[in-house]
Amino acid sequence: MASDRVNWNGSDVITMRYEAPETMEAAVELLSSDEGARVLAGGTDLLVQLRAEMIEPSLVVDVKRIAAMREITKENDGIRVGAAVAGAELGEHEEFKATWPGVLEAFELIGSTQIQGRATMGGNLCNASPAADSVPAMIAAGATATILGPGGQRDVPVEDIAIGPGQTSLDKGELVTSFFFPKPAARTGDAYLRFIPRTEMDIAVVGAGICLTLDDSDICKAARVSLGAVAARALVVDEAADALIGTPVDEAALAKLAEAASAAAKPIDDKRGTKEFRIQVMGVMARRTAEIALARAKAN
Amino acid sequence: MSAAEDLGYQEKTHELKWVGKNVTRTDGVDKVTGRAQFGADLIMPGMLFGAVLRSPHAHAKINGIDTSKAEALKGVKAVICRDDFADQPSEMIQVGELSVNIRDVIRNVMAREKAMYDGHAIAAVAATTAAIARKALKLIEVDYEVLPHVIDVEEAMKPDAPLLNEDMFTDGVDPKPDKPSNIAKRLEIKLGDVEAGFADADVVIEREYRTRPVHQGYIEPHACVASYTEDGQGEVWASTPGHFLVRAITARLCGMDVSKVKATASEIGGGFGGKNIVYLEPLAMALSRKCGRPVKMAMHRNEVFRATGPTSGSHMKVKIGAKRDGKITAGWAELMFQAGAFPGSPVFPAAMCAYACYDLENVLVIGWDVIANRPKTTAYRAPGAQISAFAVESAMDELARELGIDPIDLRLMNAAKEGTKAAYGPTFGPVGQVESLEAIKNHPNYKIPLGPNQGRGVASGFWFNIGGETSVTMNVNDDGTIALTLGNPDLSGTRTSISVMAAEELGIEPDRIRPTIGDTTSLGFNFISAGSRTTFAVGKATVEASRVVIDEFRARAAATWDIPVEAVVWEDGHARPASSNAGDFEPLSLEDIAREAKKTGGPIAGHVETNVSGAGPSFATEAVDIEVDPETGHIKVLRFTAAQDAGKAIQPNFVEGQYQGAAVQGIGWALNEEYIYDDKGRLENPGFLDYRMPVASDLPMIDAVIVEVPNPNHPYGVRGIGETSIVPVMAAMANALEDATDVRINELPLSPPRVLKALNEKNGG
Amino acid sequence: MARYHVSATVNGDDVEFLCEPEQTLLDVLRDELHLTGTKEGCASGDCGACSVMIDGRLVCSCLVMGAEVGDREIETIEGMADGEQLHPLQQKFLDYAALQCGYCTPGILIAAKALLERNPDPTETEARFWLAGNLCRCTGYDKIMRAVMDTAAEMRGE
Repeated sequence: MASDRVNWNGSDVITMRYEAPETMEAAVELLSSDEGARVLAGGTDLLVQLRAEMIEPSLVVDVKRIAAMREITKENDGIRVGAAVAGAELGEHEEFKATWPGVLEAFELIGSTQIQGRATMGGNLCNASPAADSVPAMIAAGATATILGPGGQRDVPVEDIAIGPGQTSLDKGELVTSFFFPKPAARTGDAYLRFIPRTEMDIAVVGAGICLTLDDSDICKAARVSLGAVAARALVVDEAADALIGTPVDEAALAKLAEAASAAAKPIDDKRGTKEFRIQVMGVMARRTAEIALARAKAN
Repeated sequence: MSAAEDLGYQEKTHELKWVGKNVTRTDGVDKVTGRAQFGADLIMPGMLFGAVLRSPHAHAKINGIDTSKAEALKGVKAVICRDDFADQPSEMIQVGELSVNIRDVIRNVMAREKAMYDGHAIAAVAATTAAIARKALKLIEVDYEVLPHVIDVEEAMKPDAPLLNEDMFTDGVDPKPDKPSNIAKRLEIKLGDVEAGFADADVVIEREYRTRPVHQGYIEPHACVASYTEDGQGEVWASTPGHFLVRAITARLCGMDVSKVKATASEIGGGFGGKNIVYLEPLAMALSRKCGRPVKMAMHRNEVFRATGPTSGSHMKVKIGAKRDGKITAGWAELMFQAGAFPGSPVFPAAMCAYACYDLENVLVIGWDVIANRPKTTAYRAPGAQISAFAVESAMDELARELGIDPIDLRLMNAAKEGTKAAYGPTFGPVGQVESLEAIKNHPNYKIPLGPNQGRGVASGFWFNIGGETSVTMNVNDDGTIALTLGNPDLSGTRTSISVMAAEELGIEPDRIRPTIGDTTSLGFNFISAGSRTTFAVGKATVEASRVVIDEFRARAAATWDIPVEAVVWEDGHARPASSNAGDFEPLSLEDIAREAKKTGGPIAGHVETNVSGAGPSFATEAVDIEVDPETGHIKVLRFTAAQDAGKAIQPNFVEGQYQGAAVQGIGWALNEEYIYDDKGRLENPGFLDYRMPVASDLPMIDAVIVEVPNPNHPYGVRGIGETSIVPVMAAMANALEDATDVRINELPLSPPRVLKALNEKNGG
Repeated sequence: MARYHVSATVNGDDVEFLCEPEQTLLDVLRDELHLTGTKEGCASGDCGACSVMIDGRLVCSCLVMGAEVGDREIETIEGMADGEQLHPLQQKFLDYAALQCGYCTPGILIAAKALLERNPDPTETEARFWLAGNLCRCTGYDKIMRAVMDTAAEMRGE
């Protein structure tokens, strides 16, 4: 580690501290020690907020030098992805790519190629933007987050972490260290689509993550639907999933899904889209996402 | 032959060696290796970093500013605010295509009585690091009295609107109003009798249009370094299209003699008109004066959006009358433009250009210049013309539909041509409107069959272009190379195009000419690089300077050979006897003459100081194919073809690049770009993320068609080409949308929520 | 003010610098190491003008803290040419007039180089999406895409 702090006779302004621990435990200790501590993972949100003076942390804890948080490991019943794995790194993991194409696509939609070199799913989740792309896809996939804190380790469904814009359910000193993606049942497909005004570089105006499983006769036997950017946090919409379950995911079921997705959407009017637009397009995107998930399930 | 010969267009009797070919740009290697120095790239010994405190309020009286805590912060070397600048009297000065009042300029550079918009500069700091400067800003205490604000042009024109300036009484209205208002000015462009024209019409199209403010969107934020020394001299390094303008305004606002300010232009990372005014340089100079050290200032992106030049938002009414056969009998428009916090929107050029594509007998365009609590507008590529063209060219498309005439045929039938008297005054010489229309009509883009949800739109555009004051120096080095000093910053390759013209004149390879943008002490005055003037006007002056040099070469050869100068001609880089009667001498090359210059009379140079006239207007016609997602309102651009008259393309690939870049700026304006304000008048999207300029994946290749109708007033026929291609785009896009969906939208941007809403309304939903 | 002492490699050279925690890698490159070829356009990761490579990954240097890059290998535009020999992309950008003002050019060259190293035979669509994080306001991207595609073909020996 070639970054040593030295004293410098400059200004008398109190400034922030930077630390790069090499273990998760050391990171938790640092986070617990300072009320104004923030986690630096990919930095693609944190540095923007620092520059805009939206936040003024007294301590920045860089978790990218913690090897365990940068690993993708196969476990018996699924795949574990370190919370500080960058998008470009996850995209190079062939098994993850083959198993969870929807999650990967969602993650890779975040920002540019440059952003992909840095952005992490841990950061995307804990930044707690209602429009975070990877979150509905992870929720649909049934992923859980592993959290380490002063009180020990716990596993929490991804949907329980972000609770409102910029707010998480994490306690002081807690750190999301990895995500666990359970091995999907046979004939499962996932997908994520979002609507943006351009083709790249925008924040989702609406986003839909869907994971569905077919039985041997192509009837949907399980589904999870999560919607982004239409409420204060990513929604898990059982009514939308129910529209698919027990159907061959035909036009009628897709129409019901779209209706349920629009009905569940409780968006705001803002610079990225009007309320009425979001409600209508939420249904469209949910339907299109389900079509992709369906095709994938049939191919699996 | 002499330098005084006509600098008009001469059809060339021999093949041009360099003009019309593509040569590598002279600044190219520096720009692909990172060597080129832009505004923020200069590092001076002892340099401090500046930062600006900006108003968080759209409209507020400033009761007091306390800078004492900031001054006390360790590392802070100077703090300035309104008290550090003397006020300026009301006096109009010309900047680019637009004129501004110096009394407003000082208020825009640093707020005085009131903060007039979110982002208005209130105070500035210089400190040893940028971080300390930013921290010091937070220690400045400003006592604001927040006032009601108004953003929208229609709201600002209402009699009970919050008043921005109690001393403003509308100009151009008779009798002059006795009550102040936000309406700075009424103006009129008039030809013939529109009432009679409408009475004569079989069909009248009457519509209203609205556009939002949009930003030029250059990638380089404004930046400069200023250094003031104890002897009262100042130097300023700035990213600007006009360092003579920087010198003038910095000297004026800082109370310095013009001779005491030396301005040097850095490379400039885009401007499109948005850098045609000065923001930071007087602040940097005042800070440097206060602490005796060089000060660098560079805006953050959010400052660029909040405090610098968008163009106007507008509300427009258009009425066009025509006979059944398509002959237009009258064109009328009323244009209401937001000027921002101070008067001076581009409504005048908008009015001039509104109907300039057409040969009409009856035209009336009324313009209103209206102030509102937004940053003062600056020029944006064909300022105003794109806005009025959105309205007029949309209405033209509806007229074509109404009459059942192909939109290009309708335009051809009414096209401006040589001899057309434009409503704004001049009678056109040879112009390329018919040729640009025919280029599109004959282009494959116009014939490709369209699929479902696809549509095609066309529109035309006009920009008048300008000339202006120009000074050029051409020094002949003793090895026969040329040092060419120009006074116009190069935004797009102009240095290279101008060198190519000099090479053609001198008969030498272009890479033997080294063009440099000289500082303000090295040349006479130069008007800024604006109005598509640079290749035209500076090129013309450079041709003239080349001819001065050639005359001197002939004189030196004549002296060497002891024959009359009239008996020496300059051909292919050599002085030769005009004929065998003149004598039998070996030709003298440029190198030969240069090498011997010391013996034949000393250094050889040509310099020209002139006010160039004869800019040739440039017309364009464009076709766009789009596909609309009927479920989301998203528009995808499938194909785009821009045909514009260049007069003569000196560097065809540079000219294509101008058309392509202008087209894409227009696509951004049409689709997603807009300033979005919250209810407190604060800009909600002051960053690239939510301002949404086009990215590479949004676009197809842009087909650029160079039409060449030579400008009679330039030796190679050059017209300015930098601007017109943005003018037709927004209307072409709206026209394509109607073609694709049968939905007509008269308000920009054509963003997905707006398009989807219109589709829903059409479908009765 | 506390500063951090950082050692890293820039374009193959060992460098050391002191930086404030507020300084990004972009700030460090420009203000401390005086490598001003890397540009600031937005400082929010939206324009790509500050693109550099860190340990072989394309990133926006505005979104990296200076203090983070200890022991990392950084490549910037200043290291792209091999002595007097321009990289093929640099040469094609000149040949195609793929730049106007030139401000976005260093970032686009770095990003395009990263693309061709990863994918020597991209489709135009792939190249456009790869470069979507590099804003250019002058060119409309047409000549940039042509230069990138032609460089790819040339480097493949076509």
